[in-house]
Amino acid sequence: MTNLEKYNQVFMEHFEISAEELPGLKYRSYAKWDSMAHMELCSILEETFDIAMETIDILAFSTYEKGMEIMRKYGVSM
Amino acid sequence: MEESRLAECIEAFLEQDPFVMEQHQKDKIYSELMPRLHRHHLSKCGEYRNICQHFGHLSVETEMDVQDFEQFMPLPVSLFKKYLLSSVEEDAVYKILASSGTTGSIPSRVPLDRQTAEFQQTALAKIMTSFLGSKRMPMLIIDHEQILKGKAQYSARAAGILGFSIYGSRKCFALDDNMKLDVEKVQAFLERHQGKQILVFGFTYLIWQKLYKQLKEAGIRLDLSNAILIHGGGWKKLKNEAVSEEMFRAGLYETCCLKKISNYYGMAEQTGGIYIECEHHHFHASLFSEIMMRNLQDFSICQIGEEGVIQVMTPLALSFPGHNLLTEDKGVLLGVDDCPCGRKGKYFKLTGRMQRAEIRGCSDVYADETDIGKS
Repeated sequence: MTNLEKYNQVFMEHFEISAEELPGLKYRSYAKWDSMAHMELCSILEETFDIAMETIDILAFSTYEKGMEIMRKYGVSM
Repeated sequence: MEESRLAECIEAFLEQDPFVMEQHQKDKIYSELMPRLHRHHLSKCGEYRNICQHFGHLSVETEMDVQDFEQFMPLPVSLFKKYLLSSVEEDAVYKILASSGTTGSIPSRVPLDRQTAEFQQTALAKIMTSFLGSKRMPMLIIDHEQILKGKAQYSARAAGILGFSIYGSRKCFALDDNMKLDVEKVQAFLERHQGKQILVFGFTYLIWQKLYKQLKEAGIRLDLSNAILIHGGGWKKLKNEAVSEEMFRAGLYETCCLKKISNYYGMAEQTGGIYIECEHHHFHASLFSEIMMRNLQDFSICQIGEEGVIQVMTPLALSFPGHNLLTEDKGVLLGVDDCPCGRKGKYFKLTGRMQRAEIRGCSDVYADETDIGKS
């Protein structure tokens, strides 16, 4: 599985949605993506890619797309 | 118009460092922002308008004199238990934060829209990172993992744990499903992260009951000499057991070699305003919220050293009228701008809770609509 596939899978399982719904998904605009779900999402991604994000990046993680950018910052190629 | 300008103003305000501004400058900002918050809620929240009308408190000058803070009437926090006070349309509410606050009482309900939630999270993060740094530390949670299960409704405890996880990574829950300390698991965790600074987080009572007492009984000493313990949730239960803050700290040093221990104080009705103890065990008000002690007899603003009931203010509460609240806690202002830790602004200590924290008068406002005759 590629990193992008893994990344998508985390989102799809966490929010119980399909791949088509991922683009444009926004933190706090999508009902299921609240602050609690956000912390869980970040910790699942950290485990999946074996990374440790900094606080500032967790705060900056505002959309599905922005998250990819942040993953790349930690050396996860997508 | 004014609304978006106010939000922009708060965004710029949040850019600042939480602990470097001196009090006189902070007063100036608050004297300009607080009347705007007041007018914002007057125009958006009917209940707030009713209460203010009842007390003849409709007009607040464009800019207050610092002395006028004394006349600036706070809403009692208990109102959030009885009523859903909202300054946004129903469909703009992104989450209703519910927290019990006091032991066994009805939960407060606080409606958050996206913007207010963001303001509060940013403020919290800026305050916490100024204490903990921006690198997230391995985090040891003195609770059991089951607390996070059951997504439909988070308890206040679960919300606290998840909220603080933003400052820690590689979480380890120290208690097993029966709420007993899993010493082996904790020791393995500490071994794995040897040499790194560790964040320990938990609720005051659980830390005493589950960490301290069980280690003490078993005669085991954990090496948490390189850890920071952040705890909160109140002393009420420990006071009943006659455990003082000094005993708490001494006990944890004895059983865990813990030297850095910080209590935090905050409430669901003003989540962006959190107050953390510095290394001198003083609670600090950050730039993002303000604290005043009110005299228990005449409600005047207390001087340094005088005990009073705590009033908290923050410009960050836009979606609900939580910008100026009277708490049910008592405290003493210890000083301004001169804590030896170097943080500017006010610092204080907590001294307890109000006995029967009912503010007479405010319920009368609602009596007009609901239960006329009771007083």
